[in-house]
Amino acid sequence: MLDVLQFEFMRNAFLAGLLASVACGVIGTFVVVNRLSFLSGGIAHASYGGIGLAFFFGLPYIVGTLGFSLLTAVVMAAVTLKSRHRSDTIIGVLWAVGMALGVILLDLTPGYNVDLMSFLFGSILAVPTLDLWFMLILSGVILLTTGFYYNSFLALSYDENFAQIRGVPVGFLYFLLLAMIALSVVMIIRVVGLILVLALLTIAPYIAENHSASLRTMMFLSFLLNCFFTTVGLWLSYTFNLTSGAMIIMVAGTCFFISLLLEGLLKKMNIFQNNPVRHKCNL
Amino acid sequence: MNSPTIEIRHLWFYFNGQPVLKDVNLTVRRRDFLALLGPNGGGKTTLIKLIIGLLKPHRGAVQVFGLPPRKAAHRIGYMPQEPGINKNFPISILDVVLMGRLQSGKSWSRYSRRDRMAAQQTLERLEMWEYRNRRIGELSVGQRQRVFVARALVAEPELLLLDEPSSSVDTKGQTDLFALLKQLNETVTIIVVSHDLSIVSSHVKSVACANQRLFYHDAAEITGEMLEMAYYCPVELIAHGLPHRVLRKHKDL
Repeated sequence: MLDVLQFEFMRNAFLAGLLASVACGVIGTFVVVNRLSFLSGGIAHASYGGIGLAFFFGLPYIVGTLGFSLLTAVVMAAVTLKSRHRSDTIIGVLWAVGMALGVILLDLTPGYNVDLMSFLFGSILAVPTLDLWFMLILSGVILLTTGFYYNSFLALSYDENFAQIRGVPVGFLYFLLLAMIALSVVMIIRVVGLILVLALLTIAPYIAENHSASLRTMMFLSFLLNCFFTTVGLWLSYTFNLTSGAMIIMVAGTCFFISLLLEGLLKKMNIFQNNPVRHKCNL
Repeated sequence: MNSPTIEIRHLWFYFNGQPVLKDVNLTVRRRDFLALLGPNGGGKTTLIKLIIGLLKPHRGAVQVFGLPPRKAAHRIGYMPQEPGINKNFPISILDVVLMGRLQSGKSWSRYSRRDRMAAQQTLERLEMWEYRNRRIGELSVGQRQRVFVARALVAEPELLLLDEPSSSVDTKGQTDLFALLKQLNETVTIIVVSHDLSIVSSHVKSVACANQRLFYHDAAEITGEMLEMAYYCPVELIAHGLPHRVLRKHKDL
């Protein structure tokens, strides 16, 4: 297996996977416990508008996507702040309009055609070293911000009203959280594509949630799981010469279904074991 | 000392254009123990949220300790009606209670030794310390409720607002809770919300009834006026013969 690492592009790919796992573990945990996966999907897809803008105006790719995603995140935060769980229509509209804008702007850009596939599934095998540094810094920013506001983010996620009463700046932290989602999404799209962003953000935390006693543990477990998904996925894609992004998703998805199955079995066994006891209680 | 703990004057609150509370006036003295009764949808929870500052009145004013609610919130202990709806949330009992020690303007800080001591003492008082590392979802409804009472108490509030603490808890749990509240009432002003008339036990000092309008009675009994306005028929309650009479004797006897 180690012979894979003799190529620089493979080393970079593995490193990119690990760095993406940091951001996805931390931010994905917030996404799952706050039920923000649809919103994150919205930000991810709308960022296609940023790609369009970047190519149309000849801006650096990162300026276009980062700027546009942050803008989308701020708009979504403003719209969803008051009714956090009832704004799916607006998110859906922003999602679609962002993508449409991207497609039209790319149509209008002369002589250039971005491959939609590489946007959807990313190009983890073509990550330049510079991007790794960029990812390292972003992961650091996300880790520090989360560590800094951990108690307040925890309160906001668990019981927003109570957090507000205790003087936690709920609005500010909500904007900050969506901004961090946007940052992670942009950074990860480049590497693994927007479909994988959603998979990495949600699958690992979902599996980790039931086995974690705290948000911190859930973040760490999700990070480990994501490392496993990306590393094994990459290795399989190299071995069988298959698309890497899709392979990583397949590994994550398989683990997801296995965990569902195991939990279902465990529940059944528990019911089976508890039944006699319950009868006794009733008598 | 003389200023009332809560002062509400001519308060109106609307939800989607419909009035929920109409011209509510209420003065709660220091160390009062008020039972806030009323039918579902009568505006009890809304009134509590107005007192704690989660909602703003459309007309009229609320003052707590002579301050606007937002400025007084850190001195109020609050137990919401359905705390922590997400029961699958990965959070330990201790972390839930520590949340009650969060302070405004310090959203970045760690919990201090004093915070942890306070959390331990409060959990021990409610006999929940041994569960401190359990996940909140592993507890029974009654245990979970004690955790949320602990969270409301951990910052040593001067005013305690409990929204429906007696729902979904067995009789013993309820007796224990009210014994604790009576003890606390020596220093703390308490408002307990309920749709269940039987909480008007000997611990309560005054009663208010909310059904859009608010009726306040400065004694632990329910007046005919309140019943007429708020209830259909509490026959069951009367028939059970509680140790403390909650209804006045008929005058014509």
